[in-house]
Amino acid sequence: MTDTAQPAAVALDDATVAFRVAGDRVYTAVERASLSVAHGEFVAIVGPTGCGKSTLLNVAAGLLKPAAGSVKIFDQPLTGLNRDAGYLFQADALFPWKTAIDNVAIGLDIKGAPRELALQRAQGWLTSVGLGAFANRYPHMLSGGQRKRVGLAQVLIRDPKILLMDEPFGPLDAQTRQIMGNLLLDLWNADRKAVLFVTHDLEEAIALADRVVIMSAGPSARIIGDWQVTLPRPRDISEVRMEKQFHELHREIWRVLKDEVMKGYAQSTQAEAV
Amino acid sequence: MTRLTLLFWQSMVAVVALALWQFLTTVPVFGKILLPPFFFSNPVDVASQIIKWFTTGVIWKHLMITLLESVLAFVIGSVGGVLVGFWFARQPRVAAVFDPYVKMINALPRVVLAPIFALWLGLGIWSKVALGVTLVFFIVFFNVYQGVKEVSRTVLDNGRMLGMSERQLTRHVYWPSALSWMFSSLHTSVGFAVVGAVVGEYLGSAAGLGYLIQQAEGVFDVGAVFAGMFVLSAFVILIDFGVTLVERRLLVWRPTAEGRG
Repeated sequence: MTDTAQPAAVALDDATVAFRVAGDRVYTAVERASLSVAHGEFVAIVGPTGCGKSTLLNVAAGLLKPAAGSVKIFDQPLTGLNRDAGYLFQADALFPWKTAIDNVAIGLDIKGAPRELALQRAQGWLTSVGLGAFANRYPHMLSGGQRKRVGLAQVLIRDPKILLMDEPFGPLDAQTRQIMGNLLLDLWNADRKAVLFVTHDLEEAIALADRVVIMSAGPSARIIGDWQVTLPRPRDISEVRMEKQFHELHREIWRVLKDEVMKGYAQSTQAEAV
Repeated sequence: MTRLTLLFWQSMVAVVALALWQFLTTVPVFGKILLPPFFFSNPVDVASQIIKWFTTGVIWKHLMITLLESVLAFVIGSVGGVLVGFWFARQPRVAAVFDPYVKMINALPRVVLAPIFALWLGLGIWSKVALGVTLVFFIVFFNVYQGVKEVSRTVLDNGRMLGMSERQLTRHVYWPSALSWMFSSLHTSVGFAVVGAVVGEYLGSAAGLGYLIQQAEGVFDVGAVFAGMFVLSAFVILIDFGVTLVERRLLVWRPTAEGRG
């Protein structure tokens, strides 16, 4: 967006995603969404629950194919999985039968890197996410926040050009979320990757991102707003929330988002009644 | 309850049961022995029979035969179950074609196969191994099949996004998941391997614990029947203990119910 010389890391153009449900009925999750993430840009997608934010992310990852529209990664049409992207999932995605260090090293292992080197780099990444002393723990011996840290290291060791994050800190408690948010910003600052970050938490989105994109309530969710966040970096998640600019932006975006949240809520209660 | 008091009460159960058994089979109550020793033997006779077996050493041969049969049945059944389970889970069409036959064979009480195996494979160890295999195979097969089918969607997607090829997914995701399900059924499948061996021996053989029990029954030596049962129980408990040790070693990555969660 800002840098026209370089192609966008992720460019969705009029992407529509539909699922076949119960025989012949077709459920349109996302309709004609256009979104581009520039190289090194941190974009957050915010929307009411069940609006298809994750669907959009899966399209960018290549896990889902859009029914219509195009997906380009660095100007190349995406076929199959997005090999430039690292994906941090909302649910636990670590391999439970591997220790923390093996979970991190796997990304290099499968590329055929020498075992020694893979382990050494994995240990390095574990240290950068603050888990240097937990290398030999299995995932079930770690707390939810620690597992997310391992997940972050697992993704980052492959040095992906694009980072896709699906409410990665959703299951964590409020304090751990802030700590994880700051850790993410620190790591991102060191080496600015394009980030597409899905969340339902507007505050988290503003605190982290360069741009906040709002989606309408589903079905047939659309992108209905796009705000630049010009808060200075480096930021501290808990401090940035005190700034006047943060509040103004929050109020402005919330005015749009609130209606959608209410719509989404009404739909979900109706669906339950049926 | 502390460990010691628990142990005390546990041994008390055995002591009382044995004492009651000895009392009712040897001491007349109102002029009548309630449990005729001919049908119920008594603990002292059973114990002396067991001691005789071990001091003369006859029991070792039978134990080794039963152990060998069980181990062979377990290994062959497990390997077969893992391979076929894995194959079916990865090839849904193959699974769909074979599904009714798998269900049919599994529905069959395996004991009726024993005479056929005896006909085909003779009275040696292999007919017993075959019986054990038919039992072990299905337990392992169903568990591995389930294990591969129920790999978490997220973990699979994660593997794919980390750049794993289908072969690497098999090695790093499907395979460990399948094996973990197999190991979680280890106690059951080892138990069934022993059942297969002993039942096979009982129905026709020349050696093994099942044979020993069957022989004693043939001459109405109830003491030896009970002795055989006790040796068999101790044998199974020992094997089960071994399995627990192996399991602890292999499934360290699994959360345990009582330990760290």
